[in-house]
Amino acid sequence: MASSHDSDHKCACAGGLSRRGFLTSVGTGAIGAVATAHMASAATADAPVETIDAGAHVTVALLVNGTTHRLAVEPRWSLLFVLRERLGLTGAKAGCERGECGACTVLVDGETRYACMTLAVEAEGHEITTIEGLMHGEELGPVQRAFVEHDAMQCGYCTPGQVMAVEGLLRTTPSPTLDQIREGVSGNLCRCGTYAHIFQAAERAAELKRG
Amino acid sequence: MNPYDEFDLEAGLDAAIAAAAEPDVPAPPPWRETRVVGKPLPRIDAYERVSGTAVYASDVILAGMLHAAVLRCPHAHARVTRVDATRARRMPGVRAVLTPDSPGADIPWYGGQKGPLSRLLDRHCRFQGEEVAAVAADTPYQAHDALAAITVEYEVLPFAVSIDAALDKNATPVLDGPGNRAGDPRVVERGDIASGFAAADVVVEETYSTATEIHVPIELHGCVAKWDGPSLTVWDSLQGVFPAQATLARALGLPIARVRVIGPYMGGGFGAKLDTGKYAVIAALLARETGRPVRLFMTREDTITSIGNRPGVKSTVKIGATRDGTLTAIEFRCIGSGGAYSAGGTGGVDWQPLDLYRCPNVRTVSENVFMNAGPERPFRAPGHPQGAWALEQALDTLASRLNMDPVALRLQNFTEVSQARPGQPRYSTTGLRECLTEGARTFGWDDARKAGQRGALTASARGAERGGAVRGGAERHAAERRGVGMAAGMWRGGAGGPPSTIIVRLLADGSANLNMGASDLGTGTKTVMAMVVAEELGVPLERISVEHADTGTTQYTGPSGGSKTVPTEAPAVRAAALAVKRELLALAGAQLQVDPATLSIEQGAIVGAGEGGPRLKVTEVQALRRRGVLVGVGIREPDTHGLAVNPFGAHFAEVSVNTRTGEVRVLRYVAAQESGRVMNLLTYRNQVVGAVTQGAGLALTEERVLDEVHRGRVLTRNLYEYKVPTALDVPPAPECVAIDPHDEVCNTAGAKGLGEPALIPSAAAIANAVADAIGVHIVDSPITPARVLEALARRS
Ligand code: FES
Ligand code: FES
Repeated sequence: MASSHDSDHKCACAGGLSRRGFLTSVGTGAIGAVATAHMASAATADAPVETIDAGAHVTVALLVNGTTHRLAVEPRWSLLFVLRERLGLTGAKAGCERGECGACTVLVDGETRYACMTLAVEAEGHEITTIEGLMHGEELGPVQRAFVEHDAMQCGYCTPGQVMAVEGLLRTTPSPTLDQIREGVSGNLCRCGTYAHIFQAAERAAELKRG
Repeated sequence: MNPYDEFDLEAGLDAAIAAAAEPDVPAPPPWRETRVVGKPLPRIDAYERVSGTAVYASDVILAGMLHAAVLRCPHAHARVTRVDATRARRMPGVRAVLTPDSPGADIPWYGGQKGPLSRLLDRHCRFQGEEVAAVAADTPYQAHDALAAITVEYEVLPFAVSIDAALDKNATPVLDGPGNRAGDPRVVERGDIASGFAAADVVVEETYSTATEIHVPIELHGCVAKWDGPSLTVWDSLQGVFPAQATLARALGLPIARVRVIGPYMGGGFGAKLDTGKYAVIAALLARETGRPVRLFMTREDTITSIGNRPGVKSTVKIGATRDGTLTAIEFRCIGSGGAYSAGGTGGVDWQPLDLYRCPNVRTVSENVFMNAGPERPFRAPGHPQGAWALEQALDTLASRLNMDPVALRLQNFTEVSQARPGQPRYSTTGLRECLTEGARTFGWDDARKAGQRGALTASARGAERGGAVRGGAERHAAERRGVGMAAGMWRGGAGGPPSTIIVRLLADGSANLNMGASDLGTGTKTVMAMVVAEELGVPLERISVEHADTGTTQYTGPSGGSKTVPTEAPAVRAAALAVKRELLALAGAQLQVDPATLSIEQGAIVGAGEGGPRLKVTEVQALRRRGVLVGVGIREPDTHGLAVNPFGAHFAEVSVNTRTGEVRVLRYVAAQESGRVMNLLTYRNQVVGAVTQGAGLALTEERVLDEVHRGRVLTRNLYEYKVPTALDVPPAPECVAIDPHDEVCNTAGAKGLGEPALIPSAAAIANAVADAIGVHIVDSPITPARVLEALARRS
């Protein structure tokens, strides 16, 4: 699957875009905004950069929940937009599309990431996991089960993001302290205010995962 | 419902007291023992919510669907002089553009006493964020590109974005004027405050203010609109589909029957989604023009400027009491602004001083002012937290002046009578006394208050500090001051009442379906109502399905708001389930040739009285097998008890205040609530936890800031500037004490509302704890580090 990527499609996820640059290209969409096809990182800023029109499409292969999807995207499209609108994976939610709320949280190579602040082209060559990917068929995964048990949701709109945040936390920190849990979900707003139940669910999820 | 009026939250709150005709079927007796109701059960739609399969309005994707975006006025006050969309119309992917010249742009909007105050796309923009133009395009990116290509020329007008500026004699009227006062002040008076204050041994007076708050539901406001010839279907993120149906029908000149609104999942509302908004009408107009479905979701920034808010309020409280803490007089004056169109800046603020404590002499004056800012909208317990912020801090000051315990002061003025209502009826039940005493006991209030401990760290605070060592340090310890505080509150609503019509169906295999118009905001409405069906029909929860919040398939009810959903819907659901049960038992009685009155339902079987009596499985009832379904209809009848029905609460907080940085942390929290019957202990606790979180936001972090000096714009247009509490800002494990007073009269479910009452005292409890820690009250919300440091500097 991963072999389907062009070797020269280097992702700059680690280097990252500046927030400001991202906003210019995606924000309220000034016409003629350009985005670099390969999202050169700051480290390679001196090298000549290929620019293409905002409206032009490039082909990417995205590895989502174990399946590779090849599709034409505009370079400025966010990973969130592509997951939801092009792949129909609406588990990741849009709450701000500006990196402020965490409703769009997914895992990229096992680490939590705001899908709204990640370009689809950036995500090529990386393993993307969405909430749909935590399921085993129709069965809930351990973090999801813990959320049900502790009623760690109200409206549920932030919930997929919270679940992914806890999933990401437990992959690096299998037995987190309360403070680690609070830090771990601190990038995910819950306006219904269910945090205390989320903390309990995270503790329970750690238990379930340890088996 | 008049769609051009703000949803009147207060209408219907007292429906319980209205006189009513006798219903056909006598009300069922109150539940005594319950098998299902009250248990801490996980919600029945938890799977959908945690798996990502729940379809919210923003998840609806239709074939050929276009994406719309709205261009908004960037000025606090301006007149649109020219709109040129020529370039936008030619851009790739753009399918339609609406401007103030388009058909439908003149649909009336925002109701005033003398008719509509504005139009869908109005050239006169009275606040930043008013709608000017809209675009539908193939992708949202193209739609936003096109907005940027629309040229709008504005005549920028003088603005007023503070109460002082709006009341200045040279201020430009926001509406027609004269001036910016929204009518006469509301004055409520009983007794004689002058003689009340004369009889007082101690009088305290202070002025408090709360900042304007924004609702910030995590699902944005928006919808998908689709036409099928003359019929419109809208998937919308709402607290109630029926008000939206009426609004759309009226705005678009359609019969109600030709408008279907669907919204089974919604991502938070808190009052901001009681009805739909301009966005849905715009989406419908664009969809009609293009012949394609249109999705229109607002941006986060636009929801902050334009959707609504909890108005900031300035309140002056004067209270008198005798030595023993008996209140002799309360004078309460408040002023607030509902923004550009709504006159409701101080609605609900006066309820705590008027009704919560026994006091014979009370006078409240509430004033409202128009200004060039987004209109007010009901926000979880409208006005009540603002009122509690002032009253409960003033009582705290009074308690210390009297050298009295704050809990004792409140107990001293406990009442069982609703003094603010005509005729002063009794409350059906009031658990305020138990909330105060049980809450204090659970919190360990007396120990926590012992002299010599306050202003220093307690053992528990030290423990929390150690737990939080990542952010602490020895130096930090030295600067930490700990304090405890409490506050009480009540919600004016919470009784529920008509309308609601419910259908329960029993299917051939003994499973059941509940058909309910109400939305589930995440409070657990679906779960609680399925539990009522399970209780009456003996059908296990796993065998009950629920369809709801769809005007096409469910029956009329009001929006879920005002903490009236459970007390409104549960009696209707119970009536529907009992109707099914009556019919089932009648059919079984006929089959068994026994009197149906001797039969009952036990675990899927119909059993007769006594040992060895008849027994018939539900699935063996021949008539049910033949018909395939039994249908029961339940109607929410008005309550006829003539009593006041209100929920109560008392909250207790322990905070630490860093006297060097001004940072406040809430370490420990106990919320005691009385909302009648506890329907589901798990979702009940969750509501309380959520309310405490929002209370912490009001107390510590949330403030909409307007640029009063330069341009009148909103300076907090995103969630970095407008600070909703995060996981790091809340008490880690708030405890909920659920007081059940066994209210057998309030309605046939015995339950009152919970969501709003649990918010009301929370911010004030935190403020009182901060005052306890640093020895001075911070009278303005939010209690930011800067305000703490200023207060400390003033003190020393
Ligand atoms: S939608 Fe990505 S952080 Fe809000
Ligand atoms: S559950 Fe509603 S925002 Fe978290």
